[in-house]
Amino acid sequence: MIAARGAVAAAGGWSRSLSSFFYRRPNAYLLLLLIPPLLWFGTVYLGSLLSLLLQSFYSINDFTAEVVREPTLATYKQLITQPAHVDIVLRTTTMAIAVTIACACIAFPVAYYMARYASPRLKTFFYIAVLLPMWTSYLVKVYAWRLILAKSGMLTWLLDTLGLGPALDAALSTPVIGGPTLASSYIGMFIVFVYMWLPYMILPIHAALERVPRSLIQASADLGAKPGQTFRNVILPLAFPGVAAGSVFTFSLTLGDYIIPGVVGAPGYFIGMMVYQQQGTAGNIPLAAAFSVVPIVVIAIYLTIVKRFGAFDAL
Amino acid sequence: MRSSFDRPTILHRVAAAGGLVFMHFPVFIIVLYAFTTEDRTYQFPPPGLTTHWFEVAFARNDVWSALGLSLAVATCATLAALMLGSLAALGLARSRFWGKEAITLALILPIALPGIITGISLLAALKLAKVELGFWTIVLGHATFCLVIVYNNVIARLRRIPRSLSEASMDLGADGLQTLRYVVLPQLASALLAGGMLAFALSFDEIIVTLFTAGHQKTLPIWIYDQLFRPRERPLTNVVAVMVILITMLPIIAAYRLTRSTEERS
Repeated sequence: MIAARGAVAAAGGWSRSLSSFFYRRPNAYLLLLLIPPLLWFGTVYLGSLLSLLLQSFYSINDFTAEVVREPTLATYKQLITQPAHVDIVLRTTTMAIAVTIACACIAFPVAYYMARYASPRLKTFFYIAVLLPMWTSYLVKVYAWRLILAKSGMLTWLLDTLGLGPALDAALSTPVIGGPTLASSYIGMFIVFVYMWLPYMILPIHAALERVPRSLIQASADLGAKPGQTFRNVILPLAFPGVAAGSVFTFSLTLGDYIIPGVVGAPGYFIGMMVYQQQGTAGNIPLAAAFSVVPIVVIAIYLTIVKRFGAFDAL
Repeated sequence: MRSSFDRPTILHRVAAAGGLVFMHFPVFIIVLYAFTTEDRTYQFPPPGLTTHWFEVAFARNDVWSALGLSLAVATCATLAALMLGSLAALGLARSRFWGKEAITLALILPIALPGIITGISLLAALKLAKVELGFWTIVLGHATFCLVIVYNNVIARLRRIPRSLSEASMDLGADGLQTLRYVVLPQLASALLAGGMLAFALSFDEIIVTLFTAGHQKTLPIWIYDQLFRPRERPLTNVVAVMVILITMLPIIAAYRLTRSTEERS
């Protein structure tokens, strides 16, 4: 307090007149604040994003392997017409949808328990228990799953101990989703994706459920609804925006990931891996750029659908 | 008034507990395997336990230099993000002007779009500008999403500080700079600290953007990533993974406590 008063007394001249200058010109003050971050953000992020879009309209010369800097739709044509490329887009989108549905199914009971049954103390525990794995190193979690899913790893051991070994073999021999081991099959990849994005689904569902007023549930019961009916007709519709909000994360994160499909899973390519490989070893930035426009477009479409379900109100 | 609906069924308890176990056991596996005596397969349960791998890790120069690089990058990225993020939040919190909506929307793009988009766009732009990849290009990429984290933390706090405090300060004769220095900034301190710590942890752990912008530099996550495809000395990778967990966890827990305690007070 004394220090503050001293400073007020000492602050005469330049500081005061500078303050008055900005007080009289709020726009100048605003500009002063906003110019550095916006300049940085505009050039580094938005500028790069624009240059990426621009370069997706370039093409690559097949003989010299050099980028031809002339606007053309050739790269997009290549993306849409080559069956292998279309497969990659479909494979990634299918995985994203499957992961989103699975995350919603596992997250809902956890979020529901947190919001409706847990005591305040247990609620804090749950909250931290959901946040901690979310913030644990991404790469370390992926690595952990490689250990768990390996041929002689923990999951195989667990299933064998429980006498479920034959069930695992049957699942792995299923065409398409199976593979030689869990760590090299789409089943394994699916499990890892679901694990990785689960907290991103639990938190918004929990937030939506917390906002359901108890009185509504009591009213529903007073009017003669059975618990199941209340759940279906009152709670579920009100929680749905939360599910939609969570699905934005699970969907978007799956679409863009390139580490998980590389570390765990079957040999089929995913969008992210294609982007990484095309810019790296292949040196084909135009095709990498065109491929990275796909998740942007898919997410934009997804967002417009989800917006109708009120996902943004639940964020 | 409690109906039977207010009590969870057994099935419900099992589902909730199962979800939590599913979310936590992989981290225990990492820690467990850091002590295993078996270094060629991922045999479970481990045949024996040893602390040998910690000694090996401490003697390795490549681990130390990767750790040093990661810490340096995270520090630079966090400092840049703190400055730019808080400026953006101060500017956008209470002002109203044309195009503000567009700016707020653009500021969430780096976390709304998949990380790979940030990575490939930066790389495409840097290649176009013929910039050499290295330490500063890693910082550039990290600062971009760290900025958003700091911005979100600071703007959330600014929205909760009552405007009357600043008005009272001005009424009592303080000018704009003094109000900023003695009223606004002290209120922001813990939000800045929390945002900075989250940004630090995020940057320290980042791999998706880093792989694009690192060139030949090896941060600690890139070191682990390389190990995944050259799986020699597997338990060593686990020791490094445990290190990463500890270094990212501590600031995150601190940040969580900081934001919580101030929320409870207000």
